[in-house]
Order: sequence, then structure tokens, then C-alpha cells
Amino acid sequence: MDLSMRWLNDYVDIKGIEDRQFAEDVTMSGSKVERISHEADTIRGVVVGKVLSIENHPNADSLVVCSVDIGCENLTIVTGAKNLKVGDKVPVAVNKSVVAGGKEIVTSSLRGVESQGMFCSLAELGLTVNDFPYAEENGIFVIEEDCRLGQDIHDAIGLNDTIVEFEITSNRPDCLSVLGLAREVAATYDLPFAPPSPKVESEEGDINELLKVEVKNSELCRRYVARAVRDVKVGPSPRWLRERLRASGVRPINNIVDITNFVMLEYCQPMHAFDIDNVKGRRIVVRNANEGETITTLDDIERKLSPEMLVIADEEKASAVAGVMGGKDSGINENTTTVIFESANFLGSSVRKTAQKLGIRTESSGRFEKGLDSRVCQEAVNRACQLVEMLKIGKVVGGLIDVDNDVHEKKRIPLNYEWINSFLGIELTADEMKSILRKLDFTIDKDDVIPPSFRIDINHKADVAEEIARFYGYNKIPATPVKGACCGTVTRRQHLEKVADEAMLSQGLYEICTYTFISPKLLDKALVPSDSPSRNFVKILNPLGEETSVMRTTAIPSMLSTLSLNYNNRNSEAALYELAKEYVPNKSADELPNEKTALVIGMYGDDIDYYRLKGVVEAFLDSFAITDWDVEPVHNNPTFHPRRCAEFMVNGETIGILGEVHPTAAGNFGIEGRVYIARLDFDRCCLLSKWGEKTYRSMPKFPASARDLALLCDEDMPVLRLEKAIKSAVGEILEEISLFDIYRGEQIPKGKKSMAFSLKLRSADHTLNEEELSSAMKKAVDKAISMGCQLRA
Amino acid sequence: MKEKISSILNEALKAVAAASTLESLDAARVKYLGKKGDLTAILKGMGALTPDERKEVGLLANEARSKIEEEISSHHQQLTKILLEQKLLSESIDVTMPGKSFPTGKKHPLNQVLEEIKEIFLGMGFDMVEGPEVELDYYNFEALNIPKDHPARDTQDTFYISDNVVLRTQTSPVQIRTMEQRKPPIRIIAPGMVYRSDAVDATHSPVFHQIEGLVVDKNVTMSDLKGTLDDFAKRLYGEDTITRFRPHHFPFTEPSAEMDIQCFTCKGEGCRLCKGEGWIEILGCGMVHPKVLETCKIDPEEYSGFAFGLGLERIAMRRFNIDDMRLIYENDKRFLKQF
Repeated sequence: MDLSMRWLNDYVDIKGIEDRQFAEDVTMSGSKVERISHEADTIRGVVVGKVLSIENHPNADSLVVCSVDIGCENLTIVTGAKNLKVGDKVPVAVNKSVVAGGKEIVTSSLRGVESQGMFCSLAELGLTVNDFPYAEENGIFVIEEDCRLGQDIHDAIGLNDTIVEFEITSNRPDCLSVLGLAREVAATYDLPFAPPSPKVESEEGDINELLKVEVKNSELCRRYVARAVRDVKVGPSPRWLRERLRASGVRPINNIVDITNFVMLEYCQPMHAFDIDNVKGRRIVVRNANEGETITTLDDIERKLSPEMLVIADEEKASAVAGVMGGKDSGINENTTTVIFESANFLGSSVRKTAQKLGIRTESSGRFEKGLDSRVCQEAVNRACQLVEMLKIGKVVGGLIDVDNDVHEKKRIPLNYEWINSFLGIELTADEMKSILRKLDFTIDKDDVIPPSFRIDINHKADVAEEIARFYGYNKIPATPVKGACCGTVTRRQHLEKVADEAMLSQGLYEICTYTFISPKLLDKALVPSDSPSRNFVKILNPLGEETSVMRTTAIPSMLSTLSLNYNNRNSEAALYELAKEYVPNKSADELPNEKTALVIGMYGDDIDYYRLKGVVEAFLDSFAITDWDVEPVHNNPTFHPRRCAEFMVNGETIGILGEVHPTAAGNFGIEGRVYIARLDFDRCCLLSKWGEKTYRSMPKFPASARDLALLCDEDMPVLRLEKAIKSAVGEILEEISLFDIYRGEQIPKGKKSMAFSLKLRSADHTLNEEELSSAMKKAVDKAISMGCQLRA
Repeated sequence: MKEKISSILNEALKAVAAASTLESLDAARVKYLGKKGDLTAILKGMGALTPDERKEVGLLANEARSKIEEEISSHHQQLTKILLEQKLLSESIDVTMPGKSFPTGKKHPLNQVLEEIKEIFLGMGFDMVEGPEVELDYYNFEALNIPKDHPARDTQDTFYISDNVVLRTQTSPVQIRTMEQRKPPIRIIAPGMVYRSDAVDATHSPVFHQIEGLVVDKNVTMSDLKGTLDDFAKRLYGEDTITRFRPHHFPFTEPSAEMDIQCFTCKGEGCRLCKGEGWIEILGCGMVHPKVLETCKIDPEEYSGFAFGLGLERIAMRRFNIDDMRLIYENDKRFLKQF
């Protein structure tokens, strides 16, 4: 909302308050100032001059040389303009001045004659012919205002308003008006507030003889008020009115239209003016649009209406889209003689939906959609008629039509001073509170407060408390720490997230944060089969685009996309992780999905291979104190390399998958090298975690004995399986078994590999003797042989 | 004999003093004190002496021996020290060459800031809770006093999954879920992702993070709200932070406010950083609307509360001077490395 300070001063006198202070004060009382600007503030050095003489240019037929008096001196100015005569007052841009658009004017020679400046057209002052209708659009602006020679152009033609841009919150549509803001300003400074009192001086005849109004949908049109004006002389508005509209960002059109806009800005009551000759049958019908009905709106666009939209129609067809925009044919033109002013109340949500569907947003619809007070309708229409009389542009017809279907219920709210004080943490007396509320036009009736009807936001004692707080001053309310001791706690789950973070960071991984909605096509790229359950998504009905249309069921594609971005930005290596949300839909879209968390790890680079990835996963499991895991090769997951993929299992249950990404999938994401990805069920891991259950075991008191074991095995014998088998065969005294060499070569038959393990044997209560050691090694060898291995010498 | 001992002693002390290596020192020891050494020879030759002479010479010889031993030992210590020094001096390296480290990873900048904020509130006695991102319309809007026709519910602002399910547009639904599950006193924060139908540009993202806060107890006042959030701002931005509370509107709080902090650069005068306002908006807050308490079956006559919500991205972007929000979700390693 752009507020003209000139207009504001009509109702509350705040001259003498500096701009910045004003902005600060009203912001702190609840009307937030976004910006303060001054009209035409880029224009500098343009003054009023009088043309003293006009002579032909010695060297150019199309130019003339003028002598012009700018008060303190006479200047010579060369111009090509044709609309000047001696004695005309004109805007003169003197040497080193700046006109609209930031263009600088300097003394310069035009075909051999020095021109000490330039005469300005309206455009060069940032104006249009709507602002000064008497001026010639394409010539020099010949000023007809009362002004002095040498006077700065801003002051001379009233181009000197200050405009304050407010951010009005959705609960205060009453402040989308000059009067609403003036009331707030007056209350802020405790100054008198003098709103206009709309009264019509003389009226003739009866509107009911001119017009009938029928409201067919009283839910969408809660009130329809109309007044008529006869013998209308359509023409330009006076300067004071044009100025106020211009500063409010509304283009002056003609006096009747300007009046409707003026009243809308003043009262926040959108109005509409019809030419009665365009109302067929002299009957206005407020109804829903018919199926297939169309209307050509003021902006000359033919629009298709639908039956949920409300229109203002005559007997034949729609003449306006209610609250949104008038029809092209119903408006005012220079031949109009009888005007109907419409001041109606339309249901906000309906106006909003209609405007949205038609793709138009007007000053009118923007106000209606906030939900307006229907009690303003009459006052607004009377104000319009009052302005007609003030401007002497017509005769007001007697009476008014008022179809009022609103229930004008008066809200009464008990005024509980103690509650308000204890709610806000302040100590005001009842009188102090009453005085604040009265400034805002609240009525105090015994122990109740009755808010003014336009305050649609006041319904509860907490709302009243806010009014008190605003004008007492939020910043005067003391700041106290919350009472009562309380101790913040972290859940086990939250702690485990931290543990996981630390494990990942210590492994040198960077955390990423990705969008949780993705394109379903990413699953194609990742080669996820079409019948996979991950294809069953939580779908967004109104996505921004296909790329963000479903909630991800797996965060692997997000990781692949991120790796791809890094790869294509020529980062030579990357190792990343994310604790990523995934969304598994329930039976119906009305049920909330299961939101799961996955730990997703992704990496590529020269030093990265499958075992690096597996090492990171193992480090994570170790940090979670999950020790009893197993690893099973996976050959048939299409996202992964068929021979370099595995699942981590705990108690026979899969907790995650890891491996080298299938080169086709990697290629689909624009990565040519090898990429590695793991995805772990983080929720499951949290449940399995024995974190926090670790206990100290005393250091061994007896020495360990080391033995090596070299085995010849089939190529596909997994190390882990062999290790586990040997461990369980030997029993507790086998403290550790670890692979230290794999050899394939000359002495080894094809399809076989030689694996060398080092075994550490120890007993807790004595030093193992040779016999015990041999027996343990025999158990190990026997087990290996039973699994198809041979002992190597 | 006596003269001989005295001359051996002198000779030996000279030899010890002259030794410049451990080897020559040891050679001196062998020469004078060894089995075939000069002094040993004297002792061996004592058999030919009278008992009295033997006593006297023996004493002298032993004195000489211990003197030489002492001298050798002290010279040995000195030599070792010198040699060590020489060795160390020969081992010079370029101490300015780059160090070797095992590179650790880094948390995402958003989560670094979130961690900091969580710590602050934890220290102020707030529990951390979470709520679903795919949320029922009831929790996201209705229970928060946002009626059916409210513009915030427009499909142009909110992502819908079905008529009754949305991607939460704010973390505020966690307030409702918490009040349904816990009894006052309640003191929680709820960080999480939220969604709004904004196209991606330098300052907008359809996905972003909020941190919700809620306090409900007996006699909670607006001055408690101010005290708590002012304290928070000081802990996050430093003791000299100046806050102000500016009236605002949220459907689920009344009175509502936005908290600004005074711009650090211009001290409230207005500069480019604060877009001329002198203040920087940090969070939205307010007293929990009594209707919201009622909806959650908490008696507003007995209890009151305050709530607040802050946008993590804006705080992180300001903290790290990040000028484009897209960088946050792109996760380029060159970006992640910087924090």
C-alpha cells in the first residue's frame, strides 16, 4: 500500500515529523514501512521559466531560438518544439540538470547556437497527459498552474509528495486505505484524527425510478449499495485529486472514474461506476456466470467465465466480474450523463478464486479478497456523491438502493484488565487501556469492549491485548527470563544421529543436503526396475515441475545427482554422505506416509574403490556398536555392478546395500568413471545399535601366540565366510583372524586363490602351551578343508 | 713408585681431556685402567713392596684410579651431549613445508548453524522434537487457526498430496502435535524441512528449513517471550546484540511480533547490508493464540505460552556471507569445503 503523505495530512496533521522518524514510529506501532520515497526524486535543476521571445534559428529551419526568464536570469534555449508562444510558462532544465530517466542536460551548441538548457515535455518530468490533461502530449509542457518564475518544478506543479510504502498484514485490510492508516498514525502520535463526514447537500428525484437491483447470490454478494448521479459532466479531475491518485500509484482517467478510485483508496471500499444507458432494462442482476458466458473486460481481453464466478449483469449479459474488473462496454465515456455508483461487498474467497482463475489482480480484487466490512458500503457511496457535488460535475439523485444481506452482529469482548496485564507482563491501569482502545475507535461499554466494524481481526481478548501492547509499545514490555527450572534433553535417536555424523566426518566425508522431492525419471536413470516398490511414490498434486514431482522413496538418485554435479564441475574426487529422508506411501494418499531416514554414502576418485566404501560403512557400524554383521554378495541389483555389490545383514535381516554403481547407471548420470554408493537403513541401525552398552574388558594378562595359515581356496570363496567359520571352529581362544595376503599366480591353479591369514591365539587364564596351540590350528585347518580349501605348505 | 703413579695420573687426565670421540675416550680408559693398563700394572707389581709401602702405594693408586674414572665418566657425559647436539644440528628440515593430515570431512553449513542454535536452546532447557514433513492439513493449517479459505492454503503457495495432506509449509504443526502429546510445562524446539511453492532463484527455494519453538506453562507472559528470545539472540550473535520486537501478524499467535536485531555494520543508521533499515529481521514470534491452546485441549485460562519460528537458510547465509541460496542445495565440494 502506497500512502501519499499529502493525503494523510488531510486527516491527521503530522507535518514536522521527519520521514525516518515517522517510518520508525509507525512501524513500531504495527504498520510496517517498507520504503519512503519522494515523487520524481531523480529530477534535479528543472525550474519554471517564461518565454520572452521566439526567433528563427539562423542555421536550421526546424529549430527556434527562445529567450526565457527563469527569475534570476534570462537563458537562451534552442528548441524544435512547435507549441510555444511568447508568454508561456514552461519547465526549463538548466545547465547540469537531470530529467526523468536520469538523463543529464548541459549547455551545448545546437547548429551553431548555444542552448543553455532544455524545455521539458511531460515525459521528461516522468508524467503523462493523465496527470495534466490540459497539456499537449507531444509538445513542451505549457504550465497553467499558479507558480513563480524560477520556482523548482516539483513545488510549482505539486510533484513533491512523499510516498510511504507499507507492508500491510493480511489481518488488517482496513489499513489498505488512507483513512485506516491515518487512524493508526493519529493513535501512534496521540493526535486528533479528522475523517471526512460524507454528506450529500442536495438531492433530486428517486433512484428507484431509474434502476432496480436484484441480488441472486446473497452468499457471494452480502451487500449491494447503489446511488445515481444525473447531468454528469465527464472531464478531467482537479489537480488535488489527480495528485493524490498519482502518489497512490493510480492513473487519473476522468473525474467519475477518479472519484471511484479516490473513495477506494480512502475507505478501502472498491467501487464501480456504470453508465445507466448501458444497463439493459435498467435492471442490475448480481448472479453467477452462466456456463460458457464471456465478457470483454476493461483491458480489452475477452474472458471466459465459469459458473462459480459472480458477475454484475443487466437483463442481457454480464457487465462486470464482481469485485475484479468492469466490462469494456459498461464504463464511463465522455457522453455519459447518468452514472450509477456501485458500492458492494463481495465474499473475499470468491473474488480471490475468480481473480486467480482469470489471471487478473486489480486494486479492487486485492482488497476484496482480504475480506472487507460491509458496513462501509453506504458511507463510501455517499462520499462519492459528496465528491461529485464538491467537483460540481453532476446532480445527485435522491435515495439509495441497499440490498443488505449481511448480519451486522456487534462483537462484544469482555475487557479483563488483569488478564491482559498478566498475559503481556505489564502493569497498566484500566483507564490507560481504555484510552488506547478509544483512540482506535473501540467503544467501551461497561466491562465490554466493542471493536469498530471494520476491525475484522478483533474477535478475542488476546486480540484486544495486542492492541494494548502495540500502543503501549512492544519495546516497553520488560524482558524477563522464563520462570521455572527445566532441563533440555536429547533423545537417544538424536544422539545417534550425532554419532553417525561424527563417524562420517572422521572418515573424511562431506555432508550434503538435497531436495527431498525428485523426478520419477531419476529412478529410470538409476536403472531401478519398473516393478520395484520404490516406484510407488507420494505424488505432489501441484508440483513446480516434473523434476520435483514426487517425494523420493530412495535417496540414491539424489546422491548420484550430487556426485554428477561434482564430477561435471571437475572436482577430481568427492566423498559425501547424507542422513536423507525417504517417504514410503501408505495405502491411500489421505494417510500420512512413513518417513524413513537412510544413511547414504557416495564417492568417486583415484583413491576410491569398493573397499574404501566398505571401510566407511564398517566404521559407521563400529561407531554404532553393531558388531555381529554379515556381508552377502548381491548379483542382481540393476543399479549396481553385478560382481561388486553386497548387502550388510544383521540377524539375517538386510540393513543396507553398498557397491560400485553399474556403469550404465553412472553414465546416465553423466559420470564416466567408477562411482560407489551405499545406502543404509538408518532407522533400523538405530534400533540395532548397542551404543551406550559398551563396557570395559581388562587388558589380557597372558601373552598371545601368533600362527599363520595359508589356504588354497576356490576363487569365489568369500573371506568373511571363511574367517567366521574358522573363528567358530577354534572357539574363544582365537582372539583375532585377519587376512594378510591373497595370491594368484604361477603355482596356483586357475580358479583358485591362495589366502594367508594371521591368527592370534590367547587364553584369558593361562599361557597357551604347544599342545593347545596345535590342537587349535588343527581345528582351523579341518574347518577350512571341510569348506573345500587345501592347506598350503 | 709414588712418582710413577702421579705421572700416570697426570698423563691419564691429559689423555681423557684430549679425547674428542667416545672411541678415543674408551682407548684412554683401556690404556690406563684396563686389565693391561698402566695403573693396573702398578697394582700388580705391588707384591714386591713392604706391607707399609704396599698400604701407602695402594692408597695412592686407588685414589688415582677413582680420579681417572670420575674424569672419564664426566667427560663421557659431556661428549655424549656434544655429539647429540651435533647430530641434531645435522638433522635440519624445512619446518615451513606443508603438514600432513588425515583429512576429516565437514558438516553441511546449514547443519553447522543448526547445531549451534540447538546447543543454545538445549542450554536454555528446550527439548528437541520432530514432526512429519508430509503433514495433515489439520495440523498445518486448521489447528493453527488458518481457516479453509485463507490465502496461505492456495495451491500456488502450498504443495498438496491430497485434499487433506500437504507438504508442511512451516514447522508450526509440530506445536500442535507436541501440545497433543505432552502436558505443560512444555519447552521444545522443532527443526526441520518445510516446503513452499516458490520457484528456485538466488533468494528462494521450494525447500527450506525452519526451527520452531514453543513454551507453554502457567503464567507465561509476553515479557518472558522477549526475555527468552533476546537471550537467544545474544547467545547467537554476541552479548552486545540489540533486539527489537515489531508488531506483526500470524494466525496462530496473538499478539504477534517479528524480532529484529540492530545491524552490526551501521548500528541502526541504515546501510547496504540492512537495506537501509538499520535492522535485520531474525524471526517471527508471538503469544500462542488461546484458540490454538483450546484446540489442543489446554485450558487457556490456566496456561499461556509463546511460540517462535526462524528460517535457518537466512541465518546461515548471513553468517557465511552466502549470496545465492541455490549453492546450499547444489552441494559442490568446493562450496562445502569452505565452512
